[in-house]
Amino acid sequence: MSGFGGQTAPDPSKPKLPGNLHTNRRLAQWLTFRADGVVLVHPGKVEIGQGILTTLAQIAADELDVEFSRVVLTPASTPGSPDEGVTSGSLSTQDSGSAIRHACADARRIFLSVTSQRTGVPIESLMVRDGAFLGPQGQVGSYWQLADAALLEVEASPDAKPKPVGERRVVGRSVPRVDLPEKVFGVARYVHDLRLPGMLHARVVRPPARAATLLSVPEAPAGTQLVRDGSFLAVLAPTEWQAEAAATRIAARATWQAEDTLPDQGGHATYLREAGARGERTSVVTRDDAAPGVARTEKRSFFRPFLAHASIGTGCAVAQWQGEEVTVFSHTQGPYNLRADIAKTLRTTEDKVLVRHMEGAGCYGHNGADDVALEAVLIARAVPGVPVRLLWTRAEELGWGPFSSAMLVDVEADVAADGSLVAWRSHIISNGHSSRPGRAPLPTLLAASQLATPFAVAPSVNPPMTNGGGAPRNGVPYYRVPKLDIETSRLLEMPIRTSALRGLGATLNVWSIESMLDELAAAAGEDPVAYRLRHLDDPRARAVLEKVAAMCGWATRSKREGWGLGIGFARYKNTGAYAAVAAEIEAKERVFCRRLWIAGDAGEIVNPDGVVNQYEGGAIHGASVALLEQVSFDRRNITSTNWQDFRILRFSEVPKVEVAMLNHPEAPFLGAGEASMAPTIAAIASAITDALGVRPRSLPFTPEHLA
Amino acid sequence: MTSFVLNGATVRAEVPEGTSLLHALRGPLGLSGPRYGCGDEQCGSCMVLVDGVPAYACTLGTEAVAGKQVVTAEGLGSMAAPHPLQAAMLAEQAGQCGWCLSGILVSASALLARNADPSEDEIRLALDPHLCRCGSHNRVIRAVQRAAREMRA
Repeated sequence: MSGFGGQTAPDPSKPKLPGNLHTNRRLAQWLTFRADGVVLVHPGKVEIGQGILTTLAQIAADELDVEFSRVVLTPASTPGSPDEGVTSGSLSTQDSGSAIRHACADARRIFLSVTSQRTGVPIESLMVRDGAFLGPQGQVGSYWQLADAALLEVEASPDAKPKPVGERRVVGRSVPRVDLPEKVFGVARYVHDLRLPGMLHARVVRPPARAATLLSVPEAPAGTQLVRDGSFLAVLAPTEWQAEAAATRIAARATWQAEDTLPDQGGHATYLREAGARGERTSVVTRDDAAPGVARTEKRSFFRPFLAHASIGTGCAVAQWQGEEVTVFSHTQGPYNLRADIAKTLRTTEDKVLVRHMEGAGCYGHNGADDVALEAVLIARAVPGVPVRLLWTRAEELGWGPFSSAMLVDVEADVAADGSLVAWRSHIISNGHSSRPGRAPLPTLLAASQLATPFAVAPSVNPPMTNGGGAPRNGVPYYRVPKLDIETSRLLEMPIRTSALRGLGATLNVWSIESMLDELAAAAGEDPVAYRLRHLDDPRARAVLEKVAAMCGWATRSKREGWGLGIGFARYKNTGAYAAVAAEIEAKERVFCRRLWIAGDAGEIVNPDGVVNQYEGGAIHGASVALLEQVSFDRRNITSTNWQDFRILRFSEVPKVEVAMLNHPEAPFLGAGEASMAPTIAAIASAITDALGVRPRSLPFTPEHLA
Repeated sequence: MTSFVLNGATVRAEVPEGTSLLHALRGPLGLSGPRYGCGDEQCGSCMVLVDGVPAYACTLGTEAVAGKQVVTAEGLGSMAAPHPLQAAMLAEQAGQCGWCLSGILVSASALLARNADPSEDEIRLALDPHLCRCGSHNRVIRAVQRAAREMRA
């Protein structure tokens, strides 16, 4: 989604350059050679646990012909880094990798050309070996010798030619991740580990309801300092434990006027229908091709609850003011976007806000990382010159970050007499799936609406379908259907704040489509895999489905009491990576997913093990969503604010996973992080039907939803 | 003030009574391995060894470890001399964000100290106090199995 606002608009008079090089055209923005034999690469994308730093370093090493160990990635920061928007949407390898590949190819061409001019050795006689330029008579130069020559202070040329596939040596190898050693040895690396001289610690005191006005505050405990702006309340202390104790004490004594603004969770689906009817209804796609007559129509509805990001670490930021300027260290996904919203909230200009990325715990979408950064900035304003570290508690992380919207979809499918799909009509009802900062006129960060001069909260929006859509993401079947009528209703009220979480609407939509296909196949007396295959034209889609069927022994499966096997397929966003998943479940007092088989196709693969890791992680995330996850709330607030009330899979419950990737080195990058999650949910639902004979209609697939 | 042995060296934690061991370790003692995840013994991010037994540093009062041996991920090994579990985690690329790993390493080291050849189910059970959101579980299990093999060899 990085192309969706928040970035500098491309100049239409300039030739097209790959990925985000198009909007960040100066080569020096992307790489710097150092005289000591190191090349610094400066992506605007950030490490969020997905291993992108390693992938980008591989691409750079290959194009430059330097050893991998010479490539050092610098963390993104404003204003120096390329503005690559947000690290999201499984687009980092496409957006940033394509840019770095081209920029490095161009840098190599420029350096060789200058060396050729200076030495008289024809450029076609020069080769690069680990950064040294070799002519027929031996070494004639290197990147490192020309490091000071400012050769990269130019716009990239569209004529640079990256290496042909057959000459890549580092790309396509499972290079170990560059970030993992420090994480395994407990080296300070996360923003949480940043310790600046004189740093104070902060905690926020949260209101008792989503809609609450702060009426009175008690005295700050000795040695601590209250910071208040409207209903935003925090406490500062010299140590973390003092801040923690003071926040607890103040929370017990502050008085608020709180209101009931949340829907009744018991009638959540009804609420979605009613609020959807008051919302904004739009057509996603229509198609009206010639088709055989309709023999039968099936109608079904599917529901999923709000989902939490549930990162194992909580949000953290360190902010420090110097005069009119503030620097904030943050695990944001989009440093420039965060900068924009902090500036809007402070009613200042963006040049006064410096955002420096440091890693946080795993990020699966728009969580509270940006919110905590603004809050650290607001608190630090009370102590000019002093660095302030703000950490969210577990209850804040599970209770106050944006959630993935609850959703409802009504699906109707018409089939012909031979069981073929004729028409597909669906209506997807949901809050919007993006309230990311930096894209709207008003700031979207949590505290902005709580200040003494507050900003209004705009309901979340959906990215356009050209970027994969939000609620309707993967809502259009990838199968051949002559007639389509897909609509979506976006809620214009937002009692619970929503934004992007891995897969966005695909989490529900893929399952609804796959469940319908299973049912239609059964009604037609056909095998579900064969039924899918006869509606799939894309050979790459067919290939992953056939592969996963072979992996799980689909054709020769046998029935076991209490066990089930199911299958699910999707191409993420219908334009991204492919994933076919088979799930084996055991139905006991509740459902356990025991094994997953995944066949994937992510286009060209830079780091095979990294892609497998992403597919596997996404599938386990999907299994957790399928079997356990739901946000709970009362009329005032979120109540699932600890790990007992918001359950995720534990080690003893995690399925074994086998992944096979079909590599296409000549094909474009398709991303990997989000492809497997939704088809895993669909496969588990299908396996439940195989085991128990019931078709799940509501997530999660807990005993009460399967009754 | 509490004295104890931290990763082999005697230290004195100057924290008020009732302060959690996690705050002492991350605060005055300057470590980054033990991590805050929930503050309520539900996620295992803060796990340390106290006299060889895994303990939640987030709820344990610092004074409770007076005179005891405390080991964190930093104390298991270093880049120069890694613990077999740390080497195995890297060999298996058993992580994504890495947040959960230092606690998992601590629990896994205690498991291997009492059971040199744990079954897969025993490993899963020993790691059940630990949450991982990235889905690295199977890699972690393979890493523990690999380390166990190497420690037996």
